[in-house]
Amino acid sequence: MIQWVGAAVPRKEDRRMLLGRGRFVGDLTRPGLLHAAFVRSPHAHARFRRIDPAAALKAPGVQQVLTAESLGDPYLLATLERDEFVPTAMPILAADKVRFVGEPVTLVIADDAYRAEDAAELVEVDWDPLPAVTSIETASAAGAPRLHDHGNCLVDLLMFDDDRLSQIFGTAPATVSATFRSARVAALPLEGRACLAEWDDRDDQLVMHVSTQVPHQVRSGVAQALQMPERSIRVIAPDVGGGFGLKCVVGREEVAVAAAALRLRRPVRWIEDRQENLTAAFHGHEQQYQVRAAFDAEGRILGLDAEVDCDTGAYSVFPFTCAVEPLMAATELPGVYKVPAYRARGRAIATNKAPVAPYRGVSRPQIVLVMERLMEKAAAVLGLDPLQVRRANLISQDDFPYTGINKITYDEGSYRESLDLAEQIVTDRAWAAERDRLRAAGQRAGIGYACFSERTAYGTPAMSQRRMRMTPGYDTAMVRMDPTGEVIVTTGTCGHGQGHETTFAQIVADRLGVHPGQVRLRQGDTDLASYGWGTWGSRSVVIGGGAASRAADVVAGQLRRIAASQLEASPADIELAEGVARVRGDANAAIPIPELARLVHFQAHRLAEDLRYGLEARATFDPPGTFSNACHAAMVVIDPGTCAIRLHRYLVVEDCGVVINPMVVDGQVRGGVTQGAAAALLERVRFDPEGQPVSATMMDYLAPTAAEMCAVDIVHLQTPSKFSETGAKGMGEGGTIGAPAAVLGAINDAMSGTDVRFDHIPVLPQDVSAALSGAGATS
Amino acid sequence: MKDMHEIRLTVNGHVHQLVVEARRTLADMLRHDLGYTGTHLGCEHGICGACTVILDGAPVRACLVFGVQADGTEVRTVEGLADGEQLSDLQQAFSDHHALQCGFCTPGFLMLAEAYLAEDTTPLTEEQARELVASNLCRCTGYQGIIEAVLATARARRPGRKPADEA
Repeated sequence: MIQWVGAAVPRKEDRRMLLGRGRFVGDLTRPGLLHAAFVRSPHAHARFRRIDPAAALKAPGVQQVLTAESLGDPYLLATLERDEFVPTAMPILAADKVRFVGEPVTLVIADDAYRAEDAAELVEVDWDPLPAVTSIETASAAGAPRLHDHGNCLVDLLMFDDDRLSQIFGTAPATVSATFRSARVAALPLEGRACLAEWDDRDDQLVMHVSTQVPHQVRSGVAQALQMPERSIRVIAPDVGGGFGLKCVVGREEVAVAAAALRLRRPVRWIEDRQENLTAAFHGHEQQYQVRAAFDAEGRILGLDAEVDCDTGAYSVFPFTCAVEPLMAATELPGVYKVPAYRARGRAIATNKAPVAPYRGVSRPQIVLVMERLMEKAAAVLGLDPLQVRRANLISQDDFPYTGINKITYDEGSYRESLDLAEQIVTDRAWAAERDRLRAAGQRAGIGYACFSERTAYGTPAMSQRRMRMTPGYDTAMVRMDPTGEVIVTTGTCGHGQGHETTFAQIVADRLGVHPGQVRLRQGDTDLASYGWGTWGSRSVVIGGGAASRAADVVAGQLRRIAASQLEASPADIELAEGVARVRGDANAAIPIPELARLVHFQAHRLAEDLRYGLEARATFDPPGTFSNACHAAMVVIDPGTCAIRLHRYLVVEDCGVVINPMVVDGQVRGGVTQGAAAALLERVRFDPEGQPVSATMMDYLAPTAAEMCAVDIVHLQTPSKFSETGAKGMGEGGTIGAPAAVLGAINDAMSGTDVRFDHIPVLPQDVSAALSGAGATS
Repeated sequence: MKDMHEIRLTVNGHVHQLVVEARRTLADMLRHDLGYTGTHLGCEHGICGACTVILDGAPVRACLVFGVQADGTEVRTVEGLADGEQLSDLQQAFSDHHALQCGFCTPGFLMLAEAYLAEDTTPLTEEQARELVASNLCRCTGYQGIIEAVLATARARRPGRKPADEA
């Protein structure tokens, strides 16, 4: 009986957080705890000959100073099984060369965190600086300094090609071409990375508490780097203060701290500070698209040709590799539009900057921006309404299931309907009239739209296309009822703010006929859960929740059979609801579920042999993936004097299939929109020409505050997925995916009456000012 | 040579006497010396506000105050908001309005709002609530739930009064 799915059940997570009783890695302590501080490269590119730890070793409280040599040169290696892929081993500590400012070189362990930092400043390194490359252009130039022996291009894949394209472009009524750019951004979780590692003699294990989205992949990474069996490492993610993709890869710092704890046989903790987080953790989204598209006179796209270059930083990240952005971009660029002919080349270019991890959205914010700008540009060339051009190209109800030129099959969605509804709401609320009033009053105001889908819950059928040596996708759940009728669910997914303790409980409660308060989710522990792939890629509620749903169905079957044996009924006639097992249509024939649980555990001998022993089940789910979709509409107002761009109104019409918990879904959308809008208006990781980071504090890297945001209105459509157990589709990234295009569209609409249009993000006040004064846009 | 100081302060009504190094921040002292780990550190340079605590009635960034500066003061941290196991009205409003996701920044927002609501008795408009909330950073929620929670608490604490912009 579906009673809890769809309800705005209050979050189980909230209480401990509100009481100040959350348990983050930095809150954990141990007797004899030691503290780690990294000595990091001050150069973007350099060789070094000698590390002198003598002064540091003499400093008060210092226990040990570790280098690559003393650790035996461990590294993390992420590999794609493709000829076009160049693997780059990422040393845990640099051995003789550094490739970005902030790369860890030495690890100082002391009895106090302040003293560890003091001593780190005393480590002397003989540097031999090399010229650095800090952009796709300079890294790709002939004779450019090389980060790695084989050159700077780490992936070069012609993903799609079509002989017809030259003819299509030669004869098309309209063609548009442009270069689009998006700046490097930082995920910026409020809690930085963190790790506490300790050896446990009793369990013969290294126990690591890590602020991570992927406990099992941390275990695999540490095991591979330090050549240990996986069972001798236990990774626990306690409360995690945001991730957004930054923590879905394995950090070398985590491995280094593990190595230190193994060596010292003492607990060692490392807490990343914000400067490290902004400079030496992972970045994302620095991409450039050179695109041309051909259209017919009605605005239908005839052909699309894209060169995608991703600035991937110094190394491939583990386990996703540096191909994660270019592969995603080249595969999914057509998006919600029917593209009949397609060519796409994706490249990952190494630069002397921090490595890129799959930050929320992973290339989708960029490809949506590209496609929406192409629609707007075609409309301008053809003299058509940009929304009509979109409609002429959108995949529609008649097309589902639609297999695109990119060989991806899109399940049922509401692409056209969400656009129609968004336009209707914008009309009803008289946005255009308001815009025109603002313009008449001397402001620049504009409205923009973005239509997109978000491929979510990539199981191994989808992930295997990438040919990663470690191919993610499935997840496994265990559902177990205890003798008091309470339910424990384990999962390999690893929520960190998404409310999984609540939403998984809603799903399982419906299957078992119990209250969500009686269902406890246990996650983030490699000893507790079967091997799983953590939380990223909008996968958890579909895949992890799907596995839990399947396992709960098995337990529900066990309960029904046992209840049937006691009520002398057929299992098929037993329904589980409101805490009882009851015969359908007979109000008197009912047994409380806790009574069945007691019977199974404590009176097994009273049950037939095939009904004995345990109310528990394990199940795995590995779906092909499912597409949620949305249409975003944004209005911006630009001050004519300062050129400050203010987000004025925001609307999301979204469809993630069956909504498990509307409060949680709305929260994910709003947070996502905020990150996406900030990528269009504020955020950029900056370097000087020598590769020195110049946005190393929160004063310099501008995350949005409440003052930069406006209210985000959300309307839901529900097209249930046939590819998920619950009908739900993933939706954790959609807000971030749609917002840059909608905001950029609004900015460009605000430029109406001028010939200024922007094809990059973020668009800053100085860009607007320079463009309007005729100096051209700068990035 | 460590420069050590003996200090005495009250945290959530409990008197603590301890010896701290001069350079130790109030945040580190609360978290690691006194065990009030509910106060979180997001940037350690005064921008994000996750470490906000109430010092003698005023909200402060505990990362920008040294422990020794708290000598003789009364400090309130997130652990001091609830009445035993009973959430305060503000804490409950945060849950009701989905004002938190990962929960890391939440203690800072709670203490910021608590200090404001305790001190300023004039009615709060939505714009003022947005401005107040803009003091701190949250990366998960987009702020809307936080603003709604602060507004709801303000209105419940001052029933019958409307802010100027709604009168």
